[in-house]
Amino acid sequence: MSEKPKVGFYWCASCGGCEESVVDLAEGILDVVKAVDIVFWPVAMDFKRKDVEAMPDGAILATLLNGAVRSGEQEEMVRLLRRKSKLLIAYGSCAHTGGIPGLANQFSREEILKFVYQESPSTANEKNTRPQTRFAEEGRETHLPELHQVVRSLDQVVEVDYYLPGCPPTPNLLKNALGVLLSGKLPPKGAVLAPETALCNECPRKDSKPQDVAFKEFKRPHLARIETDKCILAQGFMCMGPATRAGCGAQCVQGNMPCTGCFGATSRVRDQGAKMLSSVCSNIDPKEEPEIDKVLEGIPDPVGTFYRYGLARSLLRRKVSTV
Amino acid sequence: MSKPVEEIRIGVYVCHCGTNIAGMVDVKNVADFASRLPGVTVSREYKYMCSDPGQELIRQDIKEHRLNRIVVASCSPLLHEETFRAATAKGGLNPFFFHLVNIREHDSWVHENRQDATAKANALVHAAVERVRSHKALTKKQVPVNPAVLVVGGGIAGIHAALTLANAGKKVYLVEREPTIGGHMAKFDKTFPTLDCAACILTPKMSSVKSHKNITLWSYSEVSRIEGYVGNFEVTVRRQPRYVREDLCVGCMECIDACVFKEAKFPNEFDEGLGKRKPIYVPFPQATPKVAVIDPDRCLNVKTGKCKKSCVASCDRGAIDFTQKPEDRQIKVGAVVVATGFKAFDAKRSPQYGYGVYPNVYTSLEVERLVNASGPTSGEVVLRDGRHPKTVGIIHCVGSREEHTNRWCSRVCCMYSLKLAHLVKEHSGAEVFNFYIDMRTPGKSFEEFYQKLLKEGVHFVRGKVAEVNDWVLDPSEQGKLVIRVEDTLLGTVRRIPVDMVVLGVGLEPHADAQEVRRLFNISCGTEGFFLERHPKLAPVNTFTDGIFLAGCCQGPKDIPDTVAQAGAAAAEALALIDSGHVELEPNTAYIVEEECSGCKSCVPLCPYKAISYVEDKKKAVINEALCKGCGTCVGACPSSSIKQNLFEDEQVFSEIRGVLADV
Amino acid sequence: MAGAMLNLIMENQTSTNGTASGFEPRIVAFFCNWCTYTAADLAGVSRLKYAANVRVVRVMCSGRVDPQFILDAFAKGADGVLIGGCHPGDCHYIEGNYKLLRRVRLLHRMLRDMGIEDDRFRLEWISAAEGEKVKTVINDMVEKVRKLGPLQLPQRFRDGDKELEGEQLKAEAAHV
Repeated sequence: MSEKPKVGFYWCASCGGCEESVVDLAEGILDVVKAVDIVFWPVAMDFKRKDVEAMPDGAILATLLNGAVRSGEQEEMVRLLRRKSKLLIAYGSCAHTGGIPGLANQFSREEILKFVYQESPSTANEKNTRPQTRFAEEGRETHLPELHQVVRSLDQVVEVDYYLPGCPPTPNLLKNALGVLLSGKLPPKGAVLAPETALCNECPRKDSKPQDVAFKEFKRPHLARIETDKCILAQGFMCMGPATRAGCGAQCVQGNMPCTGCFGATSRVRDQGAKMLSSVCSNIDPKEEPEIDKVLEGIPDPVGTFYRYGLARSLLRRKVSTV
Repeated sequence: MSKPVEEIRIGVYVCHCGTNIAGMVDVKNVADFASRLPGVTVSREYKYMCSDPGQELIRQDIKEHRLNRIVVASCSPLLHEETFRAATAKGGLNPFFFHLVNIREHDSWVHENRQDATAKANALVHAAVERVRSHKALTKKQVPVNPAVLVVGGGIAGIHAALTLANAGKKVYLVEREPTIGGHMAKFDKTFPTLDCAACILTPKMSSVKSHKNITLWSYSEVSRIEGYVGNFEVTVRRQPRYVREDLCVGCMECIDACVFKEAKFPNEFDEGLGKRKPIYVPFPQATPKVAVIDPDRCLNVKTGKCKKSCVASCDRGAIDFTQKPEDRQIKVGAVVVATGFKAFDAKRSPQYGYGVYPNVYTSLEVERLVNASGPTSGEVVLRDGRHPKTVGIIHCVGSREEHTNRWCSRVCCMYSLKLAHLVKEHSGAEVFNFYIDMRTPGKSFEEFYQKLLKEGVHFVRGKVAEVNDWVLDPSEQGKLVIRVEDTLLGTVRRIPVDMVVLGVGLEPHADAQEVRRLFNISCGTEGFFLERHPKLAPVNTFTDGIFLAGCCQGPKDIPDTVAQAGAAAAEALALIDSGHVELEPNTAYIVEEECSGCKSCVPLCPYKAISYVEDKKKAVINEALCKGCGTCVGACPSSSIKQNLFEDEQVFSEIRGVLADV
Repeated sequence: MAGAMLNLIMENQTSTNGTASGFEPRIVAFFCNWCTYTAADLAGVSRLKYAANVRVVRVMCSGRVDPQFILDAFAKGADGVLIGGCHPGDCHYIEGNYKLLRRVRLLHRMLRDMGIEDDRFRLEWISAAEGEKVKTVINDMVEKVRKLGPLQLPQRFRDGDKELEGEQLKAEAAHV
């Protein structure tokens, strides 16, 4: 059955949720397996790197790669899979825009290592041991991958053909994407395989949003009660829906939580955080600086709020002092 | 099928502007730099791009080199954008395939290092070349113009503008804050330098206003709101209650005689407080409209409700109506002439001259009333203490040309001070001294008037008066006011005792000029007078199309200049109206329906209510006719689904890329 | 550690670019058509002289200034970004400047969190009559940014990417 198109899955700096989302296809996965050969999927199947290396270049039709790129090893794998795949698909927020790992770009590598190996309250490390890229003992040498200075989205390392957004992408999105890929009717390169409108378009609470929003305060979901039948943003909770691509079916809102922006922006936007900031700030009620600032106190961490998934791929990419 | 991608062929034209640009910017270097940028087909430098041959160059190149984008690097777009758009259109291109780069006002004129200025010009040209690629063909929207005009302010400027427009057959609304039109000019006795009687030349115009079939005169009224845009303004005028019905009052003044106040005991504003009036009054005999008005702060009935209202009984026409309330009138006009005038400098702000301390210190406006035959003293120059002055000192530049009050020259004070010197001398035979810093007599027949006064024996002391006081150092100063001054021609400090001091107060913007400016969405200069669009080439226009300026609200000027400017403002308004339509800059915003998520974030942002949410589509939509093109909603749209013509995201981003590219 | 080394290298580069060798800040300005752009025209007509480091992008209203423009300017190599709008209450479009002001209040905080100093980003209200203010604001900002030294994000991005294997390979290839 080797005529079936070959598909690979791989993960880099990610939480594993994207892998879960593939499994979430449930019986649907059987249809996938019917249509394609999965030739590489380290989480689920016992293929090795050398198996991939042995394939001719371009042998895999499509690799769905999740996770951001943070280490030398990840970079190597990404380059290898790029070579072997006709189509490389950034799967999920981390590969798409850097994702949650991208928030680490607010700190230098040194700051991160120091915290993790020395300063965090739960660390017991009297010798101040740090991971080394090379370790030799009893005549044997071990190599560990180098941690990169910053987190990168997949397309900041290699060319990417398509993007499947989401933390994680929904099974529907994946099913549709596979359908498109197998149909041979490929969208233009670089396309994000999700709708081009913002989430409000498909939000069940859309009608409840008033037309004269003027923010007098911003509230945080863990500190206040979210009413279940009203637009969450209009209640003063930072719902990223207006600046976030649709396609998830507003699952978070349906679970009474604000959208945190994992699908990234529509392709017309260059910087999701900047646009969300612009939109909500423009609609703040007061006009005088002290009162404006008081309202803005409700957004204590603008970077974490507006760039929860997109910092690595944002216009500024990282904190200036980090590199 | 996608459209074949059009090859971008850009023509770049760098203007020398004589030496204005070429003197500081290496224009050849800029043209060479541009010629190497991608997409640039032709790059030239030329002496004067705005000249006919310069524009012809563009037209020819479009034909010969099949150019489809034009960049001109010359002066400010506020000056010549339209010129080059027209030149682009003449070449057969859509005029909006053009972009202007400002390398004069923003570059050659403000920098001193040729290399830096040239580098900056290159960066700006680079930005334009990047930008113009993504320009789109646009058309100006034509909107019909409402042929009515609103004139705000009923001084000589407003009166003249209103009459000019009305005589041309246009419907005019003249709105005046005071109970009567006439403004400052009505208070003047004679006008310089011809010494013709102000009332004699003004009052016929005032009555023409009243009787003109095309003019609706609303005195005691103020514009409270204005919305809309050039050609289509919607204005709310608030009419204050005068408690006398204009349609019934004939100005017989019986009510005034009948008032329970037997004596006139309140200061009459028209006579600068030198005369007295009753709570019900007619400001002056020629007041227009000649309708009595009741001062709500003085009238017993309005204040307390306890009065026998003898005025009501006295009026057989039943014109007195205490039930009147402020009334809002809505009008639609195509153009507005703002002629709100000036305020005389408050002489108390220069305490060294003793105004308000010494009763015999007067302002020039007070003296205008004193020498006026219909004034409080019937033209007799009598001091507040009843004496007739034997010596009079007139101090120029009070509240003008001073660091701590107003820095500007008020333009009219030298001449009116000379006029008052003549009139006071004529009326009282007193010896008159003029204290001046410089004598400014630049108008027609002005210098001759000055020479005439020199011959009349008026004394002129060149020097800024330090102080006016009543401290007696010499018996000759007993009972007098002493003017201390450095006579800069004699090189000595003098003390000149006089009976009367006249302060030549300067002209200032009205105290509420800022509110008025905001109301009409126009700008003020640093001194607070309304700002014209261009000091030379658009002196009666403002930055808001359809709003024109006339008279002293734009800056101090004398009557002839005011009348000339009022005529100019009227002509501009006429030109606008008679064209029948206005062309609006196509920089409006629009929402791409399939991109909009209907998040409604933009709806409350538009101050013009141009954005509405369409319930059945669940999307926002912009009414192009209401959009003024600020782009605020565009900057705020969280999914970049709102675009602004001429300022699309891509156009601005490419400009940013261009200015930051290496040069 | 390698990170510290790299930081050190970066600092060295910064200081060599930023010293007397003549660091000229690049500042991108967004001026509103009705007030600040006109004021800059007035400064020109009045032949006031000021530093040549500012490149003006004209917008109709300061409310059009999308925070993306500001971030993009920094990302493309601006050492500073200046916005000029009408004074509060004076906006030609009634209150576009207030909308901008609210964005700027949060942007300042966010830029600070991203390591971009306050002096690199400035909002000024400059009316059409304040040509003089255009001059003083620009001169002052240029001086302040000059003191801060280059931001040079494109350069930093390029330098940061040198850790990538591909970049290393390219560099080696170029060397050979």
